[in-house]
Amino acid sequence: MKILKIFIVLFLVTNFLELRSDETNDVLKNKILKNIRCLICQGQSVYDSESEFASSIKLVVDRKLNEGLKEKQIYQFLREKYGDWVIFDPQLNKNTYVLWILPLLLFLFGGAIIYKKIISNKSNKI
Amino acid sequence: MKNKFSLFVVVIFLSFCFVIFYKGLNTPNNYTPKVNEKKNIPTFKAKDFTSNNYIDSDKIFEENTFYIVNIWASWCVPCRTEHPLLMQLSKNQSIKLVGLNYRDNFNNAKKFIDDFGNPYSRILIDKDGTLAVEFGAYGVPETFLIDNNKDIIKKFVGPLNQEIINEIKLIIK
Repeated sequence: MKILKIFIVLFLVTNFLELRSDETNDVLKNKILKNIRCLICQGQSVYDSESEFASSIKLVVDRKLNEGLKEKQIYQFLREKYGDWVIFDPQLNKNTYVLWILPLLLFLFGGAIIYKKIISNKSNKI
Repeated sequence: MKNKFSLFVVVIFLSFCFVIFYKGLNTPNNYTPKVNEKKNIPTFKAKDFTSNNYIDSDKIFEENTFYIVNIWASWCVPCRTEHPLLMQLSKNQSIKLVGLNYRDNFNNAKKFIDDFGNPYSRILIDKDGTLAVEFGAYGVPETFLIDNNKDIIKKFVGPLNQEIINEIKLIIK
């Protein structure tokens, strides 16, 4: 009887583990699909779109994940086919340097102005 | 002096914004992937329309021959308008036409070919649209010109017209 109980517990645990691995795969798949732009209904992600293009991309992503490709490799595959624009997250390259660096520069510039103001206010008080 | 500098910075910033927005007005806001980029043809396995057997892409495309890959469907209205032009192009001996039947019903596709003629040397079935993704297509009709080195050298989004046919003829000459 004890052996049977252990067997049932082991059976359930392994089955739940399997469910869990499927769930992680689905989470990753949805994450990828949310980051791919639908080229038919532009502005919508493939995840949200019901277009034929979107449903084909969903199948392709699913197939690539099953083939063992990583998230970045799938993005790279789609970039090669449709260009950088198909991915919502822009990659750091010579065309997007300004996009990535400008907010940082503005932040530093603003910070410097605030810092200068504080220093001058302090010296005025003294 | 300080005020003048601030004014100068503001003017520069506003001019910069004006130039960016003005340029943006002249560019279309819907994106089309690059059409003149040279790419290798994808490797794939596809079902043949007539024999119903799977065939490798290596066996479809031979070297030293120009190919046209045309993505079409019986439900696609623009495909009907470009079909006579494809029939015309199929008479050219220096190019072979491969059709990619996109997300279609077999009987409807067969009727389409029977009614309007078959310009293709081979038709492949793309039931779920994934083969079109391998080519980098996102709709129908789309046409790809493949050179004698098995490279995709040009892509035409939308229905073909006489101007495009002349361009293709000029390239394959």
